[in-house]
Amino acid sequence: MARVKTLVITGFGTNCEKESAHAAQVAGSDVTDTVFFSDLTAGRANLTDYTFLVFPGGFLDGDDLGASQAAAQRWLYSKVSNGSMLLDQLKAFFDAGGIILGICNGFQLLVKLGLLPAIGGEYFERQVSLGINDSARFEDRWVSLSVNPKSPCVFTKGLDKLYFPVRHGEGKIVPKNGATLDTLTSNNLIALQYADPETWEPTQEYPANPNGSPLGIAGLTDPSGRVLGLMPHPEAYNHSTNHPAWTRGESAPLGTELFKAGIEYLRQQ
Amino acid sequence: MLTRVKVTLKDHVTDAVGRKTAQAIRDFLDIGVDRVRTVKVFTLDGVSQDTAQTIIDRAALHDPVLQDASLDPVTGDFSWALEKGFRPGVTDNEGRTARETVALVAGLSPEQAESLSVYTATQYLIDGDLDRDAVERIGRDLLANELIERISVKSGEEWKESPGFEAQAAKVVAQAVDEVGLIDIAAMDDDALMKFSRDNVLALSLEEMHGIQAYYADPVVKAAREKAGVSAIPTDAELECLAQTWSEHCKHKIFTARINYENKETGRSEQVDSLFSTYIQGSTATIRERLGEDDFCLSVFKDNAGVIRFSDELSVCVKVETHNSPSALDPYGGALTGIVGVNRDPMGTGLGADMLCNTDVFCFASPFWQGELPPRLLHPRRVLEGVREGVEHGGNKSGIPTVNGSLVFDERYLGKPLVYCGTVGTMPVEVAGRPSHEKFIDPGDVIVMAGGRIGKDGIHGATFSSEELHEGSPATAVQIGDPITQRKMYDFIIRARDAGLYNAITDNGAGGLSSSVGEMAEFSGGAHMDLAKAPVKYDGLRPWEILVSEAQERMSLAVPPAKLDEFLALAKEMDVEATPLGTFTDSGYFHVTYGDTPVAYLDMDFLHEGVPQMELEAVWERPVIEDSGPVRVEDQGALLKDMLGRLNICSKEYVVRQYDHEVKGSSAIKPLVGTLRDGPSDAGVLRPDLADSRGLVVSHGICPKFSDLDTYWMMANAIDEAVRNAVAVGGNPSHMAGVDNFCWCDPVQSEKTPDGRYKLAQLVRANQALAHFCLAFGVPCVSGKDSMKNDYTGGGQKISIPPTVLYTVIALVDDVAKAVTSDAKYPGELLYVLGLTQRELGGSELSDQLGLSFNQVPQVDAMAAKERYLALHEAMNQGLVTACHDLSDGGLGVALAEMAIGGRVGLDFNLDLVPSLGCQSAAEILYSESASRFLVTIAPENQARFEALFVGKACSLVGSVRNDDLVIVTRGGEQLINEPVQELVQAWQTTLDW
Repeated sequence: MARVKTLVITGFGTNCEKESAHAAQVAGSDVTDTVFFSDLTAGRANLTDYTFLVFPGGFLDGDDLGASQAAAQRWLYSKVSNGSMLLDQLKAFFDAGGIILGICNGFQLLVKLGLLPAIGGEYFERQVSLGINDSARFEDRWVSLSVNPKSPCVFTKGLDKLYFPVRHGEGKIVPKNGATLDTLTSNNLIALQYADPETWEPTQEYPANPNGSPLGIAGLTDPSGRVLGLMPHPEAYNHSTNHPAWTRGESAPLGTELFKAGIEYLRQQ
Repeated sequence: MLTRVKVTLKDHVTDAVGRKTAQAIRDFLDIGVDRVRTVKVFTLDGVSQDTAQTIIDRAALHDPVLQDASLDPVTGDFSWALEKGFRPGVTDNEGRTARETVALVAGLSPEQAESLSVYTATQYLIDGDLDRDAVERIGRDLLANELIERISVKSGEEWKESPGFEAQAAKVVAQAVDEVGLIDIAAMDDDALMKFSRDNVLALSLEEMHGIQAYYADPVVKAAREKAGVSAIPTDAELECLAQTWSEHCKHKIFTARINYENKETGRSEQVDSLFSTYIQGSTATIRERLGEDDFCLSVFKDNAGVIRFSDELSVCVKVETHNSPSALDPYGGALTGIVGVNRDPMGTGLGADMLCNTDVFCFASPFWQGELPPRLLHPRRVLEGVREGVEHGGNKSGIPTVNGSLVFDERYLGKPLVYCGTVGTMPVEVAGRPSHEKFIDPGDVIVMAGGRIGKDGIHGATFSSEELHEGSPATAVQIGDPITQRKMYDFIIRARDAGLYNAITDNGAGGLSSSVGEMAEFSGGAHMDLAKAPVKYDGLRPWEILVSEAQERMSLAVPPAKLDEFLALAKEMDVEATPLGTFTDSGYFHVTYGDTPVAYLDMDFLHEGVPQMELEAVWERPVIEDSGPVRVEDQGALLKDMLGRLNICSKEYVVRQYDHEVKGSSAIKPLVGTLRDGPSDAGVLRPDLADSRGLVVSHGICPKFSDLDTYWMMANAIDEAVRNAVAVGGNPSHMAGVDNFCWCDPVQSEKTPDGRYKLAQLVRANQALAHFCLAFGVPCVSGKDSMKNDYTGGGQKISIPPTVLYTVIALVDDVAKAVTSDAKYPGELLYVLGLTQRELGGSELSDQLGLSFNQVPQVDAMAAKERYLALHEAMNQGLVTACHDLSDGGLGVALAEMAIGGRVGLDFNLDLVPSLGCQSAAEILYSESASRFLVTIAPENQARFEALFVGKACSLVGSVRNDDLVIVTRGGEQLINEPVQELVQAWQTTLDW
């Protein structure tokens, strides 16, 4: 079976790197390294040495200019010390069959880089964005998520109902136009939806849908299913006592299950 | 040349911020507006129009899915346009990010980038029928703080005539100066000395000025200065440096004063030689001695944070600070700076700690306060919102969870809000082969400053906060923190730490370089620093300003020469500015130059030990307080709901939700608990090591409500509350450490403080209680801080805060799976009261609610409490306790309701069974705030095992969890309260439901 090598990328305000790396480790990643963005540009680490990339949550550049906007430019325009474009490394990594998980601020980055949703295979085109929550507030609360069983996403395979915390101020999906939204649905690129905790139906009701995202979109995948971006934080549910009501005996599948599914996919390759 | 890029939202995108702003205008200012839209403006200085167009074409500063960008002014219909921008020199974080982004995307060379500046502003396009006055009021009283921001207003008609606002660069224009002033204090008489101290915000007393005069007059000093080529006359920088180092803020002169304390109640007098060493250090030393081999303290009082043992691999450190005065002037910037500032304390402890969590406690006047505001004071609601948001940005953007906190309300905090910010850090027991909690500096180690640049911001913060707030308080003391620059610095530091690239680290807080390098120099015995090397944000800073500036996000480090290159290369790679400023020496002098110009040459002993000890008078006379007699209440249900809606009791979910309380993935008990995640939690619990099940509790106690009766019992209750909260969630009473944060009103007798002797006596009594109760509970203080001038004078009035102590506790949880929450869980479970309820209504929420007065302040029976805490902890360890809630504000009645709210279940509660003493009515039992009590639920089958642990202790079965939603309280067979839990929820949640 293929060895899984995970790379967690941090720096410039990313702040969930530790628990993200921990989640990958618990999920069975054979090698889990955490590097700073500057390690990549210094040429000390190379994306193509890995098979699983994690873009963790945080506040890249303090959300100045809008979440991940400045970081997206950094990915687009930065060079590695040998003169090559860093973006080419990312493309090479993806073309080689690697998987990518972007969480919260990492999801915002993937969307702004155009790695998601890549409708029609148009990678690195910004097709949707994530705007300010309808409440215009940052909020920390746990949300119920229903998994789209028809999505090609490798991370959600075999999963059904999930329960993770959201912690963001800019999580509302905004498509470039109305047609984009329809295509997301018809192509099953919507991987996760905010759901009513009772019925598990996708919802627009606040606070079950914490940001007003259309169709309750909480997470998107790409046509290959190898990229997942989601606003909720699976890595924050890495232990039974992370659940907000574990003292009441409540539980749900750990967020590490998402990591596990991704790793399982890589093992099968 | 200035170019302005305007970024507007596309039509199909909701302007949520605009909508929220409009709502705030209606709610806060009672001004009717129809609609507000927002426009972001980037003013580029130093690039061509073409480059600006490229920036727009490449969508560098805007999101093409969400926004449009243009160089032209915004068009369209609106009644008014209001623009808010920063004043020159104010930290503009988004401007910094925009600058870096523009340079990268436009492919500017480093030289071109150096001459580029970007300034941000926000335009609000307002629709509605309102006049210019109203629009200006919106700017002044809601959107902008004129201390740091400018506003411009145009009507829709004016805009059509001449669209847009004139481009303004918030640039500091000044020439470089290397001028060092000489201040001939030898020639000054007493009046001139004091005038000099006052005029320059030095906050030095006459006695201290005399001490400085004497130092410079000393022939030995004169000879040494001559030999070093330094003028015999003191420099401006030296006086500034002494003022910072000797400030009340840095030196805690009141806490180290010799105090003659007369207790008129007992007729005894005594002399206390330093409250700090007698009571605080003293009690900790005794506890450590008693613990012997089990002593878990590693570093107390000597570093930026106190360090205790957590596990074989990890140590934990903790520090709590206040940032009151800056928050009074600019709540957002003050609080933001407060939280990122206290982060640097653990970061600068030992060899540097990893951030684990934050805790925040705020004291405000009622946000519903009505009346005329004294000059310079902001409305409490604005203060609350600003502080809340400042801490939100500081904590969330730094990626540090806020796990515990409180809001405390009292009208007197109108004069000065209290903003307590605390940070807990972890450090590997060993780092690069050395104990992580110790630092050392060798002579020859290089002084390196890392992080942000130096500006005029924050000059005189230390001395300014050592004075009362007044109408002329300096605006330079206000600054805005930059969590991302700090985060980058932190990422770098931890990496450098683990690679063993430096010997010591400390933060630049109060007093700036003068304090940080001055204090570090004590390790080696001196320092030599050249300020001309220090990176500045802009020209125009005099050497003394560079020395004492409190510009944020900076650490000072001692780097061995052999590691310097590696250290600087890593900094550069990680986009952190690090600059060698000189070397640590063993010369015995703090020697500062600007290039070749001498700036300061101060004897280290004089600098650190030269401040004369204050001698103060304290006289305690117990205030006479009326007792209104037995409390009779007609409608107990209505009273309970009124109590639940009180500001000090009601749900704080509005604030809590906006703080990230679980980043880092270690959260085990969150601030909100229960079936709908909205019940109150007694304390935070987290797993510092994700691979370990061991937990850490963070809790606190704060009871200024008792200060008017007796600060001795105020302190006792604060400690008891913190310990009790920690025990309530599963904290081990035998492995706890405390942090004391005193906020006092000026306790020095003077013309402006005629009751100084009494206020100082209050301080003495609080310290006595601290020693007594820390000893009794076996909880050592490991760190602390005091803020002594929390008074306001202006408009002919003086407002002094009630003496306030925040007592923070960190405690070990052997296994987080044994932690307990406060929400009632399963129908049929048995409900117990632990502890004795007495008629202790003095200072209680009930007395304020009913407008009554009581003279019995709750007293703490520490021996009984400690036994109870140990027994309860044992019960939790045995897995017997299913819910536990501490009784504090609002006593039994409120705690009972909160347990029901958390579980959304009904409870039966028989008041007759409550162990009580002296209570004369149901209301007295329900709302007395006697200390050291809990409500606990257990499964019926565990009754015998549970009760066996409490034999001979105050513990009584008082009811059970119902299988419906009714909260029923009976007395003498009669139902006093019968309320559906949803009614209680409503009462509890409505007050601050913003």
